[in-house]
Amino acid sequence: MKILLVDDSRTIRNIQKNTLASMGHTDILEAADGLLALEVLSKVTPDLMLVDWNMPNMDGITLVKKIRETDKRIPIMMCTTEAEKSRVIEAIKAGVNNYVVKPFTADTLSEKIDQTLAKAGAAG
Amino acid sequence: MDVKFVNPFVQAIGNVFRTMVQTEVTIGRPHMKADPAAPTDVTGIIGLSGDVTGSVVLSFQLESAVAIASKFAGTDVEPDHPDFADALGELANMVAGNAKKDFHGYEVNISLPSVIIGQGHKVSASHVAPQLVIPCDCPLGSFAVEVSVETDKQRSVTPSMASAEAGAGQ
Repeated sequence: MKILLVDDSRTIRNIQKNTLASMGHTDILEAADGLLALEVLSKVTPDLMLVDWNMPNMDGITLVKKIRETDKRIPIMMCTTEAEKSRVIEAIKAGVNNYVVKPFTADTLSEKIDQTLAKAGAAG
Repeated sequence: MDVKFVNPFVQAIGNVFRTMVQTEVTIGRPHMKADPAAPTDVTGIIGLSGDVTGSVVLSFQLESAVAIASKFAGTDVEPDHPDFADALGELANMVAGNAKKDFHGYEVNISLPSVIIGQGHKVSASHVAPQLVIPCDCPLGSFAVEVSVETDKQRSVTPSMASAEAGAGQ
């Protein structure tokens, strides 16, 4: 299973990678902003994406909207400091499947990843 | 500064450091920032815009910064390591983001973090909006969170703007 992490903070990507590794997921791709993520997506279709909101060059919400113009299937989790209800609603309207607010524990992150993958699997 | 903006930062500091750095923070008595500012070694800065404008600054002495960044990153990160600034900027980002969710009724955007590393540098107090210093202490070391926030309503009555407007009319 390929998982694409999109976050401008390498520290956060490393924390996410450690959590994913503990869940048995080691095929991880990384991008530091939305534009770089689109480059990755032009070559590979991941099974799950974790996307930050505030990033340089292209933010996460713009990235999600761009992806959803052509692909409704890739499960996308927003992982961000943006915690207001209005932002969560905006993200869901844009096509996000699940939402994790920073700061997060490894348990919360792994639980949300499991939920997202289970829902995606159930949807077929 | 309106006190309703102070408590969200106190809560956010505890929450972010407890969750991401696995450490409990003791908050000291908040006070107005001195002018001239005290020297510091590492600062992480986030700008606020929208209904509330201002800044959030996390300020560390080098030793505390190294210990906190290393614990957060899960590996030793010295100041010349690329993850050092990244980790401290992300902590500033999380404190600002976590606090703004409790600014009920205000739509606020946060900037990307900037991190300044340089022994003994000073971040001057704003002459437009008062800056509140929240002293913080944890087993990894001491640091401070400096908060300056202003709402549209406050901006319209600040003395500096009032005098500027009066001057423009003369």
